Amino acid sequence: MTTREATAPRGASAAPPRRRGDRLAAILVWAVATLVAGVLLWIVLDLLRHGLVHLGPAFLLEAPRDAGRAGGIAPVLATTGLILAVTLAVAVPLGLASAILLSEFIRRGSAFAQFVRRSLEVLAGVPSIVFGLFGNALFVHYFGMGYSVAAGGLTLACMVLPLFVRASEEALRAVPDDYRRAAAGLGLTRFAAVRSVLLPVALPGILVALVLSVGRALAEAAALLFTSGYVMRMPESLADSGRTLAIHVYELAMNVPGGEGNAYATAIVLLGLLLLINLGTALIGRHVLVRTGE
Amino acid sequence: MSPARTERAVVWSLRGAALAAAAIVGLIVALLLVESIPAIRNLALRLVTDSGWYPAPAATDGSFRITPMVVGTLLITAGAVVIAAPLGLASALFCRFFAPPGVAAIYRRLVELLAGIPGVIYGFWGLVVLVPLISALRPPGASVLTAIVVLALMILPTVALLSESALRDVPQRHLQAAAALGLSRWGTIACVALPAARSGIVTAVILATGRAIGETLAVVMVVGNIVQIPSSLLQPARALTGNIALEMGYASGDHRSALFFSGLILLVLVMLLTALAAWLRGDEHDHA
Repeated sequence: MTTREATAPRGASAAPPRRRGDRLAAILVWAVATLVAGVLLWIVLDLLRHGLVHLGPAFLLEAPRDAGRAGGIAPVLATTGLILAVTLAVAVPLGLASAILLSEFIRRGSAFAQFVRRSLEVLAGVPSIVFGLFGNALFVHYFGMGYSVAAGGLTLACMVLPLFVRASEEALRAVPDDYRRAAAGLGLTRFAAVRSVLLPVALPGILVALVLSVGRALAEAAALLFTSGYVMRMPESLADSGRTLAIHVYELAMNVPGGEGNAYATAIVLLGLLLLINLGTALIGRHVLVRTGE
Repeated sequence: MSPARTERAVVWSLRGAALAAAAIVGLIVALLLVESIPAIRNLALRLVTDSGWYPAPAATDGSFRITPMVVGTLLITAGAVVIAAPLGLASALFCRFFAPPGVAAIYRRLVELLAGIPGVIYGFWGLVVLVPLISALRPPGASVLTAIVVLALMILPTVALLSESALRDVPQRHLQAAAALGLSRWGTIACVALPAARSGIVTAVILATGRAIGETLAVVMVVGNIVQIPSSLLQPARALTGNIALEMGYASGDHRSALFFSGLILLVLVMLLTALAAWLRGDEHDHA
């Protein structure tokens, strides 16, 4: 500080222009940060203030009444769970296989690896409404699934795949090479090494990948409008149509006059689940750090 | 089977899975193209020259001008990026250079939370909080401006988090050298940190733009959805994404095909942006 003042031209009585610039920048940047934090607080407090009164065990367990204005969200929760199950049942095996191939079996720079990685990168950027169109054309019409939990789950599986592959590939790559050498030294084939050494060691990271994918799927609505639909009944099979939490919020807010109360409460449930997921990844992440002693 | 044969079988099935995963994006492009063919063949230039958007299952019965939706999407996206880019960058600078470490950690967590809030909840908040506020300024409240504000909030975390990681990649010794030369904090940021992180920051803004173009329900909930080229920011409009979301449920024939065609436009726009971002990133790696 003192050296800076000493080099400042004409030791002025007021702050030299350079320090004024510093102060102005600091003020602006602090103002922006306060604004951003304030908006987050505004959104969360507004949801809590209007939504908490509608929230309770009954809200989670009851069926909706009066187009969703009254009653609870039991069938919506069930549909959300079913769609997530379908999504993971498809995305996890396919994604894990791709991640294992990319990290353990082919060179990073090989043409095939580049091709897969680029394709997934592009897939990650596809807008969710386009996934909705794709799912509608392929699963709902060509495969004749109709609006159904299965069609919605498959569409979401395509959507979360890039995220899941990238995160689980990173988890596998983070395993130190010593493990691979030790496994090879013991005479394990590369696949045996993956199965009994690398996957167990990378498991926490793969769990993070899984949880992130669930978060992405939970937040999604546009891709589901024309694949799983927006029927409010309790789904009896994967062939039934049904709406998720996110779509329930949208439908109540947009198409049901007087549905705001329950839309608020549903939004809190959705946000609460996402926060739990956020917390979950943080906890798993800490566990990984402790285990590898970093 | 011998271990070697099992191994080979495993690798080939892994290759199969990876190929399937990589093929999805090709399948999406192919399907969108196939479904757009009727619109391209029957409507073609009418998508621009028709008198308005009164879609019908057969091209001869309706009019199919999608220009207002294209303008809507471009206006909303541009507005959101113009707001979110400087604010997001300021957020990143705050975390990296201005906040005490403890505050920076908490603030980063907040921005991550903001990034995790679903579009539907942003839209809902916009609908119940912002629309009445802006309506007090000038009715109806659901307007291009409302959509811009909501969307700017949604993409701000993308700009902030990605620019911050670009700023963190600037080598510490550059910053120390700048300080040693007697540059002020702002001088260090403006003359050293920002230029060094430029391509990362530009990539962040491009990716955020892609998100803004593709966002659907948050926009649908606050933009009013009237098919018109708005003459002011306080007027309602309709976005391409919203048009699909509102009409796919009942569309058939050429109408349905026109909606797939608008999806194709969105996809091409976003792919161009992704390619641009990848190219910029590759550029940076070449220099490193």
